[in-house]
Amino acid sequence: MERNQQLRRQLASMRQSLFDQGHLDEQFILLEELQDDANPNFVEEVVTLHYRDSARLITTIERALEKSPLDFNKLDGYMHQFKGSSTSIGAKKVKAESTQFREYCEAGNGEGCMKTFQLLKRDYATLRRKLEAYFQQALPGA
Amino acid sequence: MGGSMKAPEKEILGTKMNHRHRPKITALVVDDNMVVRAIHHRLLQDLGIENQVAVNGKEAVDVHSSGQYFDLILMDMDMPVMNGIEATRKLRAMGIRSTIAGISSRSLEREKQEFMEAGLDDYHEKPLTADKIVSILHKISNHSG
Repeated sequence: MERNQQLRRQLASMRQSLFDQGHLDEQFILLEELQDDANPNFVEEVVTLHYRDSARLITTIERALEKSPLDFNKLDGYMHQFKGSSTSIGAKKVKAESTQFREYCEAGNGEGCMKTFQLLKRDYATLRRKLEAYFQQALPGA
Repeated sequence: MGGSMKAPEKEILGTKMNHRHRPKITALVVDDNMVVRAIHHRLLQDLGIENQVAVNGKEAVDVHSSGQYFDLILMDMDMPVMNGIEATRKLRAMGIRSTIAGISSRSLEREKQEFMEAGLDDYHEKPLTADKIVSILHKISNHSG
């Protein structure tokens, strides 16, 4: 019983740190509220969909950033999709960096796009790692 | 964020919307993003609304051409093949009188205006919440009297 309580506290602490460190916003809480006995893994399922969607877009944006000259309209379009997916799961930092990237696209600032994209990839990878650890811990019997 | 409905409110909504003399509300979620589709589908499901999904405006139009009807259509703006503005115009031209709510991440007034002029009944910025859906649903119940 004590071990279970300890695990629950650990899980709650992991979850809270995601909000405290600015990785997640209240949209993640909305997803949690949609989880119930009939849909017990809804949050993880949606986040997994997001990984699939966003991994594809990151590769696409990387390739687009290698081209010369840069097609800012295309880059903006790809990042619009990425931002939509990130916003839907409450990925706060990544969403902010997506917005910044799009502003650089509008300004035709290639260097700004590239720098922001590196930050975005870093924060995306961090969030993904932390969420995977969180869901792993949250699995029944873990 | 203010998007969370308490369980008793959901129950009241379910009772109101699914009165035995009133058929269940049906909805169509139109969005090219799979994450958004999954969330909107679940949000509607949680409110007791039967719903299907379409991945772009053309699919939304095709499903109506096949004879299906929905009380509510949640229409994204930016989609490949056929965007939400074009799809809304086409649906209205087909005589579809469903409640169509534009759901988009666009925030500029002129973008919203263009979408509204295509034939929307309502418009909400993403992310969609249960509260926003309820406010849209009140328009359906007002239309049906």
